[in-house]
Amino acid sequence: MDVFFQQLVNGLAWGSIYALIALGYTMVYGILKLINFAHGEIYMLGAMTGYYAARALGFDDGPSIIGLFTVLTISMVVCAAVGMLIERVAYRPLRNAPRLAPLITAIGVSLFLQYSGQIVFGPDPKVPPELLAKSTLFTVGSVPVNNVQVVVLVVSLALCAGLTWIVHRTRMGRAMRAVSYDRQAAALMGINTDKTIAFTFAVGSALAAAAGILVGLYNPKVEPLMGLMPGLKAFVAAVLGGIGNIPGAMLGGVILGVAETLVSGYLSSTYRDAIAFVILIVILLVRPTGLLGSTAKEKV
Amino acid sequence: MPVIALALLFAFDRVAAGLGNAYVAQVLVLVGINIILAVSLNLINGFTGQLSIGHAGFMAIGAYVAAALSVYGGAEMQAFFHESLHLPMALSRALFFVAVILAGGLSAAVAGVLVGIPTLRLRGDYLAIASLGFGEIIRIIILNIDAVGGARGFSVVPSNYDYDVRFEGIFETYAMVLLTIVAIWHLAYSTRGRAYVAVKNDEIATESLGISATRVKTEAFVVAAFFGGVAGVLFSQSQGYVHTNSFTFLRSVEILVFVVLGGMGSITGSIVAAVVLTIVPEAFRDLSQYRMPAYALVMIAMMVWRPQGLFGRSEMSLAFLGRLLPGTKKEDQ
Repeated sequence: MDVFFQQLVNGLAWGSIYALIALGYTMVYGILKLINFAHGEIYMLGAMTGYYAARALGFDDGPSIIGLFTVLTISMVVCAAVGMLIERVAYRPLRNAPRLAPLITAIGVSLFLQYSGQIVFGPDPKVPPELLAKSTLFTVGSVPVNNVQVVVLVVSLALCAGLTWIVHRTRMGRAMRAVSYDRQAAALMGINTDKTIAFTFAVGSALAAAAGILVGLYNPKVEPLMGLMPGLKAFVAAVLGGIGNIPGAMLGGVILGVAETLVSGYLSSTYRDAIAFVILIVILLVRPTGLLGSTAKEKV
Repeated sequence: MPVIALALLFAFDRVAAGLGNAYVAQVLVLVGINIILAVSLNLINGFTGQLSIGHAGFMAIGAYVAAALSVYGGAEMQAFFHESLHLPMALSRALFFVAVILAGGLSAAVAGVLVGIPTLRLRGDYLAIASLGFGEIIRIIILNIDAVGGARGFSVVPSNYDYDVRFEGIFETYAMVLLTIVAIWHLAYSTRGRAYVAVKNDEIATESLGISATRVKTEAFVVAAFFGGVAGVLFSQSQGYVHTNSFTFLRSVEILVFVVLGGMGSITGSIVAAVVLTIVPEAFRDLSQYRMPAYALVMIAMMVWRPQGLFGRSEMSLAFLGRLLPGTKKEDQ
């Protein structure tokens, strides 16, 4: 039973990281019907920016909570800018192309970031500075829960709440919802769709960057290819929860994280990467709209 | 015509063998394997218009089935043909080659059915990610089978018999290249093939004409999987060693780049792209770290400026080559 709770705690922490990345997927998909394959690479860039920012600002000599939030902010801002740039260069010219074209471009952007990352940052894994001293906060039964796990969970929940507020309580959020409902009609109503889409990319990228920083706390190893698998899995999480649905992305991320840690705890860690795709295929066959998705009739 | 082609091939094989340059031979075999992969994937991505990015998974199945068959019984099978049936050695080897190719191709095709039937109900992006998922699942399953080496990789070495179970020949490879091109060309430009393109252009209209889109897609998927498996067989046979790392998502993307660059729906385009993109990186080995970023930029630039690929949907013909030569009159497009 202890193993189970230990895996559950680990799974929740990983799950909230997947959830943060999944939010970006779900928003972009909701608004553009595009799987932004490069989203996992934004997460990698977030982690990398954090690594370099922490060292440049001298936060690498000891843990500091101010350092953590400074690095988090810098990384989110940088990645928001990169996300907007990618949208402008690679996706906007293809806004009205057949759907295969932007998908292939997205794969291209993803590969480009991975491999230029290897050239720029070097292919070797880097150890990010310790911004949070790891200590056991409390134990559940005999399972220790450390502060990093709690911080990861709390920051993710806070960001998710912030996103929900943006989407439901601000003008920009209303524009986002309108554009995702019907882009042409929204444009006719005077919404600047280009600006709204760029904003969506910025917000999604900032959340992925936050996930990158949190992963650096949890699993101190960052490298240029780290984004590929979490990126794909986060997409699976988004589909699992119901793509286009914000609480769904959170739920999907957490379920996926827990499922993965349970599989690697009880079966074998080599099957860890397969479980996400198994879940994906099962959910697509059984309930293609996801757990929280509405069952809309297919439009002809 | 096919007889002449085979004769030429045989001559080509002899000449290449005479060069005595193992490196050149190896590159030529790789070119052939990539042509098979590109042409077969084009049937799904180009003609049927379904984005599949798990082709490396089918290749992996072919490669591992061939390797396993060679190691566990390959020499015995040849010994049986040669000693018990008193067939000449060359014929025994040829029969064994056919058996390995069929076994690899058919297992991949069976996997194609298993993968295709559930996933092909999906469209566009979902199909892309599901096929990617299946490719990864196949790879991870193979990684966990200890009989084929698991994470150690798997060597194609003969067992206790004294027979060579490997095929490194250019002849074998290009015979399969020819077969692939002929088969897919005939399929794609047949009445049946028109149904493929119809599915690409408008699935709902196709359905209303009484053509089952799911069936067409499954068909394309299975045929492509078969030839993907064949390419895998040639790969493991020529390398003599297979590892699941050769069949990752990246390999699938690489095959996709051939198709995208050559032209979605152009068989000759895929061939040209596979040849160029296999040889050029070999020529610039020192710059190999820039290969993947360059591929990525090619993909992006292609989609932004020329989404149909270099050749679009048109096939290169002798007449087209003639137009490229100076002094001939250019036809208006």
